[in-house]
Amino acid sequence: MELWIDCLIVLLILTNLKLISSSRLSACIRVVAIQGVLLGLVPLLVGSGDLTFRVILLSIVTMVVKGIVFPWLLLKALRSANVRREMEPFVGYTTSLLVGVGLLALAIWMGRQLPLPAPSKSPLVVPLALFTIMIGLFAIVSRRKALTQVLGYLVMENGIYAFGLAFAHQEPLLVELGTLLDVFMAVFIMGITIFQINREFDHIDTDRLSLLKD
Amino acid sequence: MIWALISLPILAGVVAFFLRPAGPRRALLLLTALGHSGLTALAWVRRPAPAWEGWLLIDPLGLLFLSITSVLFLVVSIYALGYFHREDWGRREDFQEGFLFSNAREPTFTCCLLLFLGMMTLVTLSQHFGLLWVAVEATTLASAPLIYFHRHYRSLEATWKYIMICSVGIALALLGNFFLAVASTLGGEEHVPMLLSSLIGRAPSLHTQWLKAAFLFLLVGYGTKMGLAPLHTWLPDAHSESPSVISALLPGALLNCAFLAIPRVQQVTVAAGLGEFGRSLMLVFGLFSMVVAAAFIIRQLDFKRMLAYSSIEHMGILSLAVGLGANAGYGAVLHAVNHSLTKGMLFLVAGNILAVYRSKSTTDIRGISRILPISGALWVAGFFAITGSPPFGAFLSELVILKSALDQGRTVVAVIYLLALGIIFIGMATIMLRMVQGDPAGLPADHRDSVVTEGHRSNFSWLFGESALAVIPPMALGAAVLILGLYIPPALRQILEQAARAFGGV
Amino acid sequence: MNTTSWLNPLAALVLSPLLPGIINRTKAFFAGRRGQPLLQGYYDIAKLLHKGAVYSRTTSWIFRAGPVVGLAAVLMALVLLPLGGSAAPLNFTGDIILLAYLLGLMRFFTVIAALDTGSAFEGMGASREVQFSVLTEPALLLSLAAMGKAGQIGSGSRIEHLDNFLSLSGIYSNLSASVWMRNGTILLLVAGALLIVLLAESPRIPVDDPNTHLELTMIHEVMVLDHGGPDFAMILYGAALKLWVFSALLAGVLIPVRSAYWWLDAGAVIGGIFLLAVVIGVIESSMARLRLLRVPQLLTGAGVLSILAFALILWR
Repeated sequence: MELWIDCLIVLLILTNLKLISSSRLSACIRVVAIQGVLLGLVPLLVGSGDLTFRVILLSIVTMVVKGIVFPWLLLKALRSANVRREMEPFVGYTTSLLVGVGLLALAIWMGRQLPLPAPSKSPLVVPLALFTIMIGLFAIVSRRKALTQVLGYLVMENGIYAFGLAFAHQEPLLVELGTLLDVFMAVFIMGITIFQINREFDHIDTDRLSLLKD
Repeated sequence: MIWALISLPILAGVVAFFLRPAGPRRALLLLTALGHSGLTALAWVRRPAPAWEGWLLIDPLGLLFLSITSVLFLVVSIYALGYFHREDWGRREDFQEGFLFSNAREPTFTCCLLLFLGMMTLVTLSQHFGLLWVAVEATTLASAPLIYFHRHYRSLEATWKYIMICSVGIALALLGNFFLAVASTLGGEEHVPMLLSSLIGRAPSLHTQWLKAAFLFLLVGYGTKMGLAPLHTWLPDAHSESPSVISALLPGALLNCAFLAIPRVQQVTVAAGLGEFGRSLMLVFGLFSMVVAAAFIIRQLDFKRMLAYSSIEHMGILSLAVGLGANAGYGAVLHAVNHSLTKGMLFLVAGNILAVYRSKSTTDIRGISRILPISGALWVAGFFAITGSPPFGAFLSELVILKSALDQGRTVVAVIYLLALGIIFIGMATIMLRMVQGDPAGLPADHRDSVVTEGHRSNFSWLFGESALAVIPPMALGAAVLILGLYIPPALRQILEQAARAFGGV
Repeated sequence: MNTTSWLNPLAALVLSPLLPGIINRTKAFFAGRRGQPLLQGYYDIAKLLHKGAVYSRTTSWIFRAGPVVGLAAVLMALVLLPLGGSAAPLNFTGDIILLAYLLGLMRFFTVIAALDTGSAFEGMGASREVQFSVLTEPALLLSLAAMGKAGQIGSGSRIEHLDNFLSLSGIYSNLSASVWMRNGTILLLVAGALLIVLLAESPRIPVDDPNTHLELTMIHEVMVLDHGGPDFAMILYGAALKLWVFSALLAGVLIPVRSAYWWLDAGAVIGGIFLLAVVIGVIESSMARLRLLRVPQLLTGAGVLSILAFALILWR
């Protein structure tokens, strides 16, 4: 059991690192899709409760929404925007990878500082969640394309969600589904906005959205 | 009844989306706003029972903010009737750069407007932290299409920044929520629901470290939505690029809703004995926001942006007041009321000015009082009201906050507070008063003619050459602010005091 | 010191020239050719040993020392290398560092011998070799360290192993199926890192293409262009031994057979080494060489895997 949890966590960490080190946008979307499916496994393996109907439902909904629906929406946006690569990010890929390692160390250090609820099956979930959040934020600030920023937002949300799945298990199902729905709508609206940005500007580089400023 | 408050705007929104003819749809908007206000007024008379196992409840704080939202929405929806009428729905020319663009479809716009109201109502009513989060995020999503009403690239840029920054902020608030849950789990007790009342009840047993982290994340998260510096960058863009109807709703209703979430958490930290921790954080955020706003208001070239920075200033004042605690809590809730009404009025007047002058530049616009006498007068009144001059309500509330700071012996805070207010007064005076006076020679003659003739074609009554629907709503708001400065009704005073108690004050 | 432990380096000396043969046969199979004989490595070395060498007048003794020192260094490394659970002929705490630096010494002499020729092409290859090794060395050391810690924790509290988790023999003798059950994730990460290190050091596709004849893109082959005769035979033999060393390190992680018979354990690892050669052949057949600019990213990836493994094991 512990072996599987470890595997899951390591795979999630690797998806994060892969995200910030690849330039092909479709590959990034695929990585986020894989992460979504893996995330769906978290409540099954790590949650401290028993395998109730609620946990299984949550797991399935998470996998479908984060692993299939989001990537599908983003791939659609990608196709309409007709871009394939993240060109010249603010931070290069190899540097990003090194930054990622630094963030990992930071997340592990922070995870050790926080006392944990006793019945957690793996203490590694906290650093994982923190790391995923940091990677999401890093992707948002270090990339130019609107699509990559949406991916960053999604990954950040995944990190928070992983934390919630593992520890805040008293959250009623309704709130969890509400959260998922909100994130879904956010990605949906962001996707539409990307489409519009592409139509108005003929690109989706957010650093060139700089008309409004003081 | 609580269910009616929430479901009325949502259902109306769905209906509005499918209602093709413009007349009934606009009537529906107005009726919903009226119905919502009516229900809110009923809640003042007789407090409705909690719904959904206590998740939804009208407490004094919630009722106050619900009322602000409801009143403002009613006023704005009346104004919107005139706005929809004068707004050209086909392709039109951008007045800044001259390219063609079109507006969003009116049904979509009305639908989002009503959903926005529904979500804001949910924010004010929800007692469950998870539900509160869902509702706050939902307000962001419902309002994003509203900001992107004029379909051109500037508003698109504003919308993108709004969604991205607010969503990231709100995501951090979600993490804060989870930390809160962990704090309650670690308290030793099994299964504390994330309800405000039960968390306050068990506050002493919450885990301190996690609670502190939770407060920090929630403050940063909701603070982003509220427009506290340095997380305010989306706010000026969104306010200046959205249509006037929405710019009036954003600061008065939306920012308040985000603000409401913070005292809710503060209530828990106060109960856990960590009140001072939260207060000092909010104090710093508040003062910093005021200073940043003051720096950007001076020589601001876009009057809608200027008003947006003024919103940041006032959100700073609110945060500062909560940070001071004690009597300032009363000042905070009173100020929230005053600011919302005043800012709503100012943005509506700004919409009138924009419609005639077709420019947002503070340097080009001169002589409003000659062309738009009523709007000009309201603009001046709004200037005095927003900068906290007597006899308007904001004077009273800002004075209460200042007094509280001095009472606590926080001279430095008081000095920075006064300095920022002074700079903002001067900055806004130079901009706003100059716009009212002078000779409107720079205004192209055909603009004014076209607006006037277009207005005359309609059957609305006219006052001094201005549409009644365009001036009466801001006038009503202005009157309310004036009255609040002179006399606070006992019923309101009672609610204000009860709400202020939530901040750990009084 | 027991005599059976000397069988490990002996096996390497005898069998290592088979590895390039196996790789080439696998590639030939995937390409639909018959391919060269399995023993081609031996034939090449024998042929080269019978030839004379030609030295450029611009080269110094360094050029001649390169192949000799390289072969000597890798032979020393073999003595440190355990096979299966049995210890190496020479083992002491910290010998993983000696192993890394013996291989480093080999590389250093290859590089300065290449630079000694004064040829621009060889200089380019040398620069690339050094650049990439900067990234592979930490990955190798961290992987071994993580593995040592994993074995120490996974094998329980066997006191006698506590102090030798920094020696190669100690690390590998601690590994067992039960360690895999407990720290499988970490060992998988280590294996991933070691595989990339192996491909980079051998040097094979996707880092370097040993078959290419375009000096602009070559790394290892371009450095040894000017060597001939017995010198080149030593280089070929040294390269095969180096491949054996890295394969043994990787196979030792992946196949921790711990039976009562040392020959069964060692046999399993040797079988694993040959299997790895097949795997390398498959990789070479199915992948293209990476652009030179992307190679550091791959190697950083290996470093990241090993750091991740190390961080996880420290967390325990």
